[in-house]
Amino acid sequence: MASKNHEAHWSKTSGLMKITLALWFFFGYVIFMFGNDINSMSFLGYPLAYYMTAQGSLAAFVIILFWSTGKQQKIDEEHGVSDAGRDD
Amino acid sequence: MFKGKFTDNLPKIYGVYTGGFLVFCLLMAILENQGVTAKTIGVLFVAFTVLIYAFIGYLSRTMQASAYYVAGREVPTVFNGMATAADWMSGASFVAMAGGIYFGGYTYMAFLVGWTGGYILVSSLLAPYLRKFGCYTVPDFIGTRYGGNVARFCAVIVLVLASFTYVTAQINATGTIASRALGIPFETAVYVGLASILMCSMLGGMRAVTWTQVAQYIVLIIAYLLPVFWISNKIGAGFFPHFMLGDEVKRIAELEAQFGLVTNSKAALAAHPETKGLAYIKTAHSAVPVGAMAAWKYISLVICMMVGTASLPHILMRYFTTPSVTAARRSVAWSLFFIFLLYFSAPMLATLSKISLMDPNLPTGIIGKSISDVQSIEWVKNWMAVKQVAIVDFNGDGILQLNEWFMRGGVVVLATPEVAGLPYVISGLVAAGGMAAAMSTADGLILAISNALSHDVYYKIINPKADTAKRLMVARVLLVIVGIFGAYIASMRLTGILGSVAWAFDFAMSGLFFPLVLGVWWKRATRQGAVAGMIGGLAAGTAYLIYVGPKFMAMTPWLGIDHLRFGLIGAPVCLILMVVVSLMTDEPDAKTQAMVDEIRIPSGRTVTGN
Repeated sequence: MASKNHEAHWSKTSGLMKITLALWFFFGYVIFMFGNDINSMSFLGYPLAYYMTAQGSLAAFVIILFWSTGKQQKIDEEHGVSDAGRDD
Repeated sequence: MFKGKFTDNLPKIYGVYTGGFLVFCLLMAILENQGVTAKTIGVLFVAFTVLIYAFIGYLSRTMQASAYYVAGREVPTVFNGMATAADWMSGASFVAMAGGIYFGGYTYMAFLVGWTGGYILVSSLLAPYLRKFGCYTVPDFIGTRYGGNVARFCAVIVLVLASFTYVTAQINATGTIASRALGIPFETAVYVGLASILMCSMLGGMRAVTWTQVAQYIVLIIAYLLPVFWISNKIGAGFFPHFMLGDEVKRIAELEAQFGLVTNSKAALAAHPETKGLAYIKTAHSAVPVGAMAAWKYISLVICMMVGTASLPHILMRYFTTPSVTAARRSVAWSLFFIFLLYFSAPMLATLSKISLMDPNLPTGIIGKSISDVQSIEWVKNWMAVKQVAIVDFNGDGILQLNEWFMRGGVVVLATPEVAGLPYVISGLVAAGGMAAAMSTADGLILAISNALSHDVYYKIINPKADTAKRLMVARVLLVIVGIFGAYIASMRLTGILGSVAWAFDFAMSGLFFPLVLGVWWKRATRQGAVAGMIGGLAAGTAYLIYVGPKFMAMTPWLGIDHLRFGLIGAPVCLILMVVVSLMTDEPDAKTQAMVDEIRIPSGRTVTGN
């Protein structure tokens, strides 16, 4: 059976997964459900929906992933289960 | 110069390599000034880069199973990111994507969002856990987690089907580029391409593919970004195009209104066979199509591409090569960053290409000019001669209208440097980049297929007593057979590049996504459930593809789910079957459950001990 520590680690890991996927859902889907409504707004001179599909959502994914990875490493370290040292 | 461990010297090695490549480009520019022909420069570019990859492949030869299958699990985070990016970005991404955006506008760009967002699923749901598991191949995980050869074999079938659909398109692309650059017939060029691909992978397996893919990424990203920046500066659109093309996008919308977006009738097109396989602009560049159905078409494509990304074995197996679980996770983020560099440039290239051709105020503009003038332009003549470009004067006014200019999608990337008046050396560079993109993806795919066959089918199912030398021998023979078979199919030119690329994603998501994800996230998932899911999902998806596929039964799609999106039928069937059957069967034994607990924790030994 998994120990208490491991269970706590997994519940935090799952929590982070859910937040990450919620952000992913927003930038990957929610925005484009309203593509037609937001395209009259503009960003950097581009129509907004055009900008999001050409660049904005892509950049958001990169940022979300680096953020989420950093956060996960903190969770691993907190529970003493990180293997980051193996890189050297 | 190089002391200590090989992996510590990587930044230096690839730094020298990049410098050397730039010097080579300069040398070619000098040769061009000296009057060397464009053709010779094209040949030199492709031949030189391919020889370098083959040399790296030779240096990485190995006789160890762990080096052959997972590059010895010592690939550092950032370099694995670059290798994955090259593995990922195919000939289609490089050659066809900007063209797709050029003709398809906003709706086509669903591919950009789908092919990047999928990495969030890879990182959050799969890669770190599969790395901790310590498998050599993706079916290896399915086979061990669920137990039994049937589950393993089903995973191999999905893998082979998805990867093989994908690889023929890549060999096709290497053939197209090699035939253009070297001036040989396509049917021969396909095998020249295949020989180059095999040279990179045969001797060193995953280790060789990793180090050539890093080298290929460097070439392809330089070849993509340099023309984008150069053209943007040349036509005065801004020195950093990604943030400064707002005015050009607006101007294109104005020009669209001025020239009018006209759809040619089927009869008109049929009367002009020279337009077959070519496209013309009939869709707005930046406007969003109106209505719920249009939004659903966009979103459904994004779903398929994202979920497909997270199920493609040749991508997942790249994360088996990192030294740790943390490194695997971080490496996904770097992969996405390196992919992002190319993908956020593609719409800019499409915009620059479009404005160059459409704006009558620019010297390169052709729309709205007299047809006889346009026909005497050098690049138009060249591309018309090879049937990549066509002009039809539908209204007979002697002026070129938007709907009278036809072009093959790939021309946007391959010809824009020429159109904008850049020196030929850039076109040679672009050819080398396209070759790098197609080769690196083909290598990853062929290796994924032959590794699954040699490790999962031969070693795990047929002959578990085989020694390492024999296993690696079988692996190499299978590699060559798979490659030749792929080249043979490609030489028959069965499908266009993008149709089949999207199919690979749909096959993979239909059969593999839920068995993989639930294998990590749901302890209750059983062997019977997984087998039912894989078989049922794949069968349902394939049946639906045959039902709607334009070249098969061509029936009307349900809810706009056409042949590019058939994974939307396969994956839910897979999920439902897997959950229902799992709940009907006994829960997995304690050993399996402990194994699942184990992969959820980064530290400690891998589950398989490999």
